[in-house]
Amino acid sequence: MNNVISIHSVRFLVLVFFQVLIFNHINFYGYINPYPYILFIAFFPIRHNRILIITLSFLLGLSVDLFLDTGGIHAAACVFIAYVRPIILKFCFGTIYEHQNIKFDTVEFGSKLTYFTLLTVTHHFVLFSLEIFNISKIILVLQKTLFSSIFTILMCMIITIIFTRKNK
Amino acid sequence: MQQIVNFIIRNKTFLLFLLLFSISILFTVQSHSYHKSKFINSANFLTGGVYNSINNISEYFSLKSQNEILAKENNRLKSILYNHKTKRDSSYIDSISFNTSYKFTTANIIKNSYNTVNNVLLVNKGSKNNIKQDFGVITDKGILGIIDQTSKNYATVLSVLNSESNISAQLKNSNQFGTLKWNGKNPKYTQLIDIPKNAILKKGDTIITSGRSSIFPKGVLIGTINDFNLDQSENSYIINIELFNDMTNIEHVYIIENVNLPEIKKLLNE
Repeated sequence: MNNVISIHSVRFLVLVFFQVLIFNHINFYGYINPYPYILFIAFFPIRHNRILIITLSFLLGLSVDLFLDTGGIHAAACVFIAYVRPIILKFCFGTIYEHQNIKFDTVEFGSKLTYFTLLTVTHHFVLFSLEIFNISKIILVLQKTLFSSIFTILMCMIITIIFTRKNK
Repeated sequence: MQQIVNFIIRNKTFLLFLLLFSISILFTVQSHSYHKSKFINSANFLTGGVYNSINNISEYFSLKSQNEILAKENNRLKSILYNHKTKRDSSYIDSISFNTSYKFTTANIIKNSYNTVNNVLLVNKGSKNNIKQDFGVITDKGILGIIDQTSKNYATVLSVLNSESNISAQLKNSNQFGTLKWNGKNPKYTQLIDIPKNAILKKGDTIITSGRSSIFPKGVLIGTINDFNLDQSENSYIINIELFNDMTNIEHVYIIENVNLPEIKKLLNE
């Protein structure tokens, strides 16, 4: 139990620092940045209660906001995906989720990709709608969501492939 | 009463979600209104310290190009200084130049941002160096932004590339003025709105600050006209301005304090 807490605290800090110091300064094509810090929410253990994950997501988003001077847009987007995560999990993994024994290392690639895609697109859509905060610029919101999502999903997949433990 | 408690227990996840989500929305709305982002800003001990220590390392990478920029500025200032014909006349007593109304402080940008709609920069001078809200920030090439929140050692700057900042600007060759308002798209260009229809515009004309807001002195360079068209009401122009500053590569800046600002504010409020 102690081990789990320390792993997740380290993951929290490392992801926030990498996000604000590296990933937010990529500025590919002027404005496209990946936001792979949502991996923390994606890989949070499922058996823990939802109150904990929502609170932790709020803190995660708020710490990113603090560094990036963005008000509360990351916090809002993180809380939102933390709340809808069970629905996305059910959609992507079906029966495995019902039995509550998903191991993210062992699930097949396709469903993992769908899971990341849904989570990322939801997160980015909430994020950019709040950032731009203007209905008349919906095209800009969708454009940013699309390009950043592609980048984030790519980044998330690369990170998971690199850091997956091969324990057979 | 029992039922209310039951309801809260049953829906505790949803209620927590609603609470935290509305707090985040509150912060977001606050950050969208001018000078209100009190709690969540990077001018604090922790984030400022992190950015400062990272900048201590990363500033070496741009050292050469920043040196060239500073050398160019020195060159320009020297040429002004030595070509300026000063009257060395004994009867001429310069009694005005002691009474300067603008004070300058140098500072370094430790966090730059140009990829979002509301860009905020961070500088390494704060209230310890007598920096306050509403001071102007410029570089050698032109305007950069306005100081927003300050802490002891750091201050945030509302960049011109921020849809919340409204800076008064005018044409260099006539006195018609408008407001700078960025549309959030390209960091090379900003927009000047509310220029009256009868203004004579030409591509390449220079835009300067108007000095009406008493934050910036009159005549700080902003950029050149790239293109212009009439707005929806067809009464005023929207001008696309190409900025003199390369917003993606900024290191050394000057913070301007208008010494007469309290007096002007007091007069306007009376």
